Amino acid sequence: MIHQLWQSIPFACILLPLVSAAVCSVLKPAAARRFCLSIITVVTGLSVYLTAQFALGAESYTYMMGHYSAPWGNEIRAGMLEAVTALFFSVVMALSMLGGLKKIGEHIEEHQRSLYCVVLLLMTSALMAQVFTNDIFTSYVFLEIMTLGACAMIVSRKRGRTLLAATRYMIMNLIGSGLFLLGIILLYDLTGHLLMENLQTSVAAIHASGEYALPLTVVIALMTIGLGIKSALFPFHTWVSDAYSFTTPTSSAVISSLVCKGYIFLLLKIYYRVFGLDVVLSTGIFDILLVFGVVGMIMGSLSAIRQNDIRRMIAFSSVAQIGYIYMGIGLGTAEGMMAAMFHVFSHALCKAMLFLSAGGLADASGNSKKFRDLRGAGFRAPVAGVAFTIGALSMVGFPFLGGFSSKLNFALAGMSAGGTPSLLVIVALTISTALNTLYFLRTVVTLYRKPAEDVSYPAEKGRRGFCFGLSLVIFSVLNIAMGLFSQPIINAITAGLATFS
Amino acid sequence: MNLFTNYVEIASMVLFGIGFTTLLLHRNMIKKIIGFSMMDSAMFLFLAAKGYITGRTAPIVENGVQEMTAYINPIPAGLVLTGIVVSVSVTAVMLALTVRLYRRYHSLDIDKITELCRKEDEEA
Amino acid sequence: MAKIRNDYESSWWPRLIGWISGGSDELDRDLEKTLEEGEEAAAPEGDHHEDYHFTERISAAEKATYDRLFAWSRNRGAKLVRWFYRIASVLICVSIIALLVVTAASLPPFGDPSNPANNEVSQRYIEQGMQETGAVNIVAGMILDYRAFDTLGESNVLFIAACSVLILLRVPGNKSGAPTPEQLEAEADDRMYEPKNDMILQHQAALLVPLVLIYGIYVIMNGHISPGGGFSGGAIMGAGLILYLNAFGFKKTGRFFRYGTFKTISCMALSFYALSKAYSFFTGANHLPSIITPGTPGMLFSAGLIPYLNIAVGLVVCCTMYAFYTLFRKGDM
Repeated sequence: MIHQLWQSIPFACILLPLVSAAVCSVLKPAAARRFCLSIITVVTGLSVYLTAQFALGAESYTYMMGHYSAPWGNEIRAGMLEAVTALFFSVVMALSMLGGLKKIGEHIEEHQRSLYCVVLLLMTSALMAQVFTNDIFTSYVFLEIMTLGACAMIVSRKRGRTLLAATRYMIMNLIGSGLFLLGIILLYDLTGHLLMENLQTSVAAIHASGEYALPLTVVIALMTIGLGIKSALFPFHTWVSDAYSFTTPTSSAVISSLVCKGYIFLLLKIYYRVFGLDVVLSTGIFDILLVFGVVGMIMGSLSAIRQNDIRRMIAFSSVAQIGYIYMGIGLGTAEGMMAAMFHVFSHALCKAMLFLSAGGLADASGNSKKFRDLRGAGFRAPVAGVAFTIGALSMVGFPFLGGFSSKLNFALAGMSAGGTPSLLVIVALTISTALNTLYFLRTVVTLYRKPAEDVSYPAEKGRRGFCFGLSLVIFSVLNIAMGLFSQPIINAITAGLATFS
Repeated sequence: MNLFTNYVEIASMVLFGIGFTTLLLHRNMIKKIIGFSMMDSAMFLFLAAKGYITGRTAPIVENGVQEMTAYINPIPAGLVLTGIVVSVSVTAVMLALTVRLYRRYHSLDIDKITELCRKEDEEA
Repeated sequence: MAKIRNDYESSWWPRLIGWISGGSDELDRDLEKTLEEGEEAAAPEGDHHEDYHFTERISAAEKATYDRLFAWSRNRGAKLVRWFYRIASVLICVSIIALLVVTAASLPPFGDPSNPANNEVSQRYIEQGMQETGAVNIVAGMILDYRAFDTLGESNVLFIAACSVLILLRVPGNKSGAPTPEQLEAEADDRMYEPKNDMILQHQAALLVPLVLIYGIYVIMNGHISPGGGFSGGAIMGAGLILYLNAFGFKKTGRFFRYGTFKTISCMALSFYALSKAYSFFTGANHLPSIITPGTPGMLFSAGLIPYLNIAVGLVVCCTMYAFYTLFRKGDM
């Protein structure tokens, strides 16, 4: 098949940041920053074009990475779902970097700033590879790049707590990747393939014959647990709070809203394209995910209520939000998957904005993240305050914002599932929304309360700057747009999932 | 059941389990890293065993013989190569983290470090 | 009594038990000590009264209960938790192993040619690999041509690990060139713990280093003909450089290898690798004519890109290994 030129976009999205990362390592910090930002912007532009092509009716296709076709060489695949995911990921990546530029300058020593840019570029490349890859071993290699990159991003701000956080992050993630790799190896032994299409055919044959039923179940369980640990599913979320709350805001934003979501996208891809939903349904693993997701939603919110530190509160709230996503996957229906994917996007947009604006608010309150010092921060840093409020309202599920549409999707998916899951989802959604409201509204109220009389805040070093404001304004607009124009996105995801298998 | 034919695989699974538990539950950082290396090596052993076919030789073409029946499966060997490099990189990063933690807290015990870290934060 | 106890602790059985259950000895000994002290302290009238503000109001019986509870939570309770932790970890270990062993036992049999893994994929690699890639070593042909995308990702894993270690361990110098306090401290440590001007080591190194480096180059250059390749050869060359550094010190290696050298070589090698592979991927996917040909199998410069990629990978691995060593040793190159 002869490709048109635009069909090389996924290839360019992976290779361009990869080459630039090597070049970026020899540049001076200021040049490296500009270079990195412009490359990520180019990737964003390319994925906009790719999405437009699919929206205009192009069909999904596979693209050979090399001269050899399906079972012999590597392949990447692009379709509607991949294009939309790549678009969201690259937009969030670009805006997170733009919004955190000043803090990167403050938190990271000068001689390490170009290395930070290298890590960001490699991370972009790995995320794109994760989105587009059609080969399960390639996904493992790039998953390790994401793990190491996230670790480097956490420790790039030198504090005792970040070192400890990175160590705990690495331990949990190594366990996750170990289980995932074991799953891949067992699956290779059962089928003899590594490309997803061939795997699916072989898995279907094995499942029909009934031979190797136990190993197949173990493989599915290993991959699910491995990626569940890596994406901070509830009982494995212990690394989250430290990792998100002590490092520079860009790192928190990228790790919470992109790295974890990349793993979830990979898990969905494996369910759809390697095993097929029927095989996974027959093992009953979805029910376990549903329970874990529901428990995570409630326990995450309960932990968030107890925090007196704004960044830790956001960190625990993202445990709850990951619970929402796994609940959607656990329903095992097309509606549930659609709701989960939609929530991946809306949460990615929202959480990055919350982390960045929390950084700005803390800046205006003498670098303290404690709630008692944050009183009145909404007046001292107006843009950050408004952005935080929009993000908080979206998390709570206020109408016309992204979070509302995704909660609506979850409720509809729960209704259509029927039986016990339906009841469970509705009850969990109600409780979790009430808890969300409790802690997010308390934060917003704190931000707009009068500060205590006797407290004076030290003057800020320099202005927060144009880039910070610009990034938060774009984030807010995108969040509102996500709520107002949710239908096209829902249609795109539904169409993408329909052609995904 | 191939309990006795698959003895290499079974040995590697036992090693994997031991390494996994050490990595997850041991408090000493160095032992955790040893556990991680063990876990990865067990997987490489498993892969190497899976590539082997009785009576065949390594996949390097000799005397122009290119029969399927002459050589073992080359794919697991390639996967092991990739896996080893990943394992080396991760070990280096983990050791660097441990060095930094030890310089700061003079301990390798992760629980103790956590405690010291909390104390340090409260004082600040 | 204490003496007997010490003897018992150092005998092999309790140590074996401790090792199996994954205990760290030092902490446990501390715990034992507090346990003994705590019991001694709690046995007579406990002296923790200050902890409660309502000492006067509570009766003697209640006081005794509180003291007992306090002593229990300090000693027996903590010990119970630790025991529970140990037993739980052994149980987890055993159950994981049991599950995996049952899985492994129901996999296809070991060494059987009719296993599902020996399918058309490996058949084509073996039967046509030499003609299609030009590499006599089928594994090299597979990882650098058939499945080159994985290997490209893998060399970037090494690169990002090098970046992480640099971020973690590098001690930066001043702009003016004067050493910073951190640098001085690292230098002092290095003087303390590392060999300096050891005559035996220097003479041996003078003999061995050229041989090791030449062997490394041989392994890299013959990666597509015989066992070996960029990663193994690069590791050998890195070992040679580390030996040279250990024998002759940073002053000598600093003449040809500094942080700048590392950055330049990594950048050039990785971008060459990524760009040449990008060309090959692009022509392959679009079915364009490619200028890369397999050549005559068995020749040194055959097999298309493979020898050049091996050189690039070898350089990256060599520099990264050397960089890891120097960074761990004193934080700079």
